[in-house]
Amino acid sequence: MIQTRGERTFVLFSAIMMGLVTLAAFLPFVLIVVASFTKESSLINDGYSFFPKEFSMDAYLYLKASAYTFLRAYGVSFFVTIVGTAVGLLITSMLAYPMSRRDFKYHNTLAFVVFFTMLFSGGVVPSYIMWTQYFHIKDTLASLIVPNLLANGFNVLLVRNYFKSNVPIDLIESAQIDGATETRTFFRIMLPLSVPVLATVGLFMGLAYWNDWINALYYVSKPQYYGIQNLLVQLMNNIQYLNSGQAGSALGAGSVDLPSSAVRMAMAVLGIVPILVVLPPMQKYLTRGVVIGAVKG
Amino acid sequence: MRHEYGRPSEWRKTAPLLMLAAPGLLYFLINSYIPMFGVFIAFKDINYAKGIFASDWVGFDNFQFLFKTTDAWIMTRNTLLYNLAFIVLGTVISIFIAILMSELLRKLYSKLFLSGLVLPNLISMVVLSMLVFAFLNADSGFVNKSILRPLGLPELNWYSEAKYWPYLLVFIQMWKTAGYGSIVYFASIAGIDKSIYEAAKIDGAGKLRQIRTITLPLLKPTVIVLGLISIGRIFNSDFGLFYQVPLNAGALYSTTQTIDTYVYRALMQLNDIGMSAAAGLYQSLVGFMLVVVVNAIVKRVNSENALF
Repeated sequence: MIQTRGERTFVLFSAIMMGLVTLAAFLPFVLIVVASFTKESSLINDGYSFFPKEFSMDAYLYLKASAYTFLRAYGVSFFVTIVGTAVGLLITSMLAYPMSRRDFKYHNTLAFVVFFTMLFSGGVVPSYIMWTQYFHIKDTLASLIVPNLLANGFNVLLVRNYFKSNVPIDLIESAQIDGATETRTFFRIMLPLSVPVLATVGLFMGLAYWNDWINALYYVSKPQYYGIQNLLVQLMNNIQYLNSGQAGSALGAGSVDLPSSAVRMAMAVLGIVPILVVLPPMQKYLTRGVVIGAVKG
Repeated sequence: MRHEYGRPSEWRKTAPLLMLAAPGLLYFLINSYIPMFGVFIAFKDINYAKGIFASDWVGFDNFQFLFKTTDAWIMTRNTLLYNLAFIVLGTVISIFIAILMSELLRKLYSKLFLSGLVLPNLISMVVLSMLVFAFLNADSGFVNKSILRPLGLPELNWYSEAKYWPYLLVFIQMWKTAGYGSIVYFASIAGIDKSIYEAAKIDGAGKLRQIRTITLPLLKPTVIVLGLISIGRIFNSDFGLFYQVPLNAGALYSTTQTIDTYVYRALMQLNDIGMSAAAGLYQSLVGFMLVVVVNAIVKRVNSENALF
């Protein structure tokens, strides 16, 4: 294809602009990674910088020394993410399947019941009172998994639409003529044929669980139930406290030894790492889901 | 197989499907529907000792108290204005990025850019707040120490001056979501018939002209639909962005309080169940009406994209 000079200029401009935009998206991450390897005294004297005067592993050594707290939070986060995503994906697709069957008497009723939850919500207060006063969910692992995150209308409709348009009804009918029950049809035919949408929705759910800190904000007061995100929240609060003059004098000179700023950044880095590991292989499912979901929820 | 005098065959067909739906349905019933019936709490003076149902009815008192405070005005104004800024700027920036991306024909490059661009939207609000803190904290933040100081400008106390935060929060939100938002527009542009561009080129239209006369007009339906959907959610805000990113700093409430943060603070920090429930119901009701109105408009514009 022949390109005019104007077009070449335009492509060059696009490349440069995109380079800048991508750089802008990446640089803050680079800053916290560098900061996590910066010597605490450098951070205090010169501030956060991409080119610190002195590097140090202190922050990670400190985390290693207090590995118990940190690993427990990591464990809570992994547990909540895996269990929540597995159970959520199962009940979401089990609900989506009958909704996708046009020959099922109540498929529209179910769709309305699910859809209405996307339009109107009772709000935070009734749901908080229900979970705490009637289900006594405070300070349990269930409080991190069950409220709000287990299934949502958006995901159910996404799976239903996929079932509807990608699995031919003939296939279901012939399986049932051969004597397959609905449960068997669902597990042996629907699910294996719907891996892409399950991957997309699973990814949405996994990210939501891994990144959630709001359930714990409402329902958890004991630090042993903190996942990685809430440990970070606590660390932010405590270090602010350390930085305020009052606490500094109360703790004496000892507090200077804690590489507080670098530790915080090291923790943030470790909170992102699982996402970075999962993103490259899952990216196509993510972008596909975003496109389908945005236009037709 | 056949039970001569069993249940009607219709039931034999529906029962297994209802069984499959049951766990999910039960979840929606508990998690979404019971709280919907709980909205009556906003009309009560809740006293845990008496129990939710035996607490005294107070009519619209909670709402009257709420709307007498300046909080009600501040949180409504903030929620609306931030959302408007997010919708307008977000659309413009996302389209800009999508056009750039689609110009870089080679797929590999686009994919590389894409993973870079979506990453900010995949991190938690807590991690985001820490990135922001690395830039803005007064004692050692990047902005104060590596930008303002070398330039000889006075260092600023970002977390104690409310006036900076409207700009900061809009900027932060754009950083987080614009790349992610561009995916949809990128897909729309990729779906445009290439021969239209070829024809325009033969007619002597340059790149900018092609964008103005082909790309943008063809994106218009997507922009309108997505814009309307966002307007339907204009009464909602991202709690984390307005609570954790400004580190819950009291000095910043005048520009960071939204309905969602108010509901949390009234319930969990002030223990004022009545006010919190009233603000929550106010948000739910106005939000519901907005969605219904917006959907009616979307139906007129492009019935295929209507939500219901």
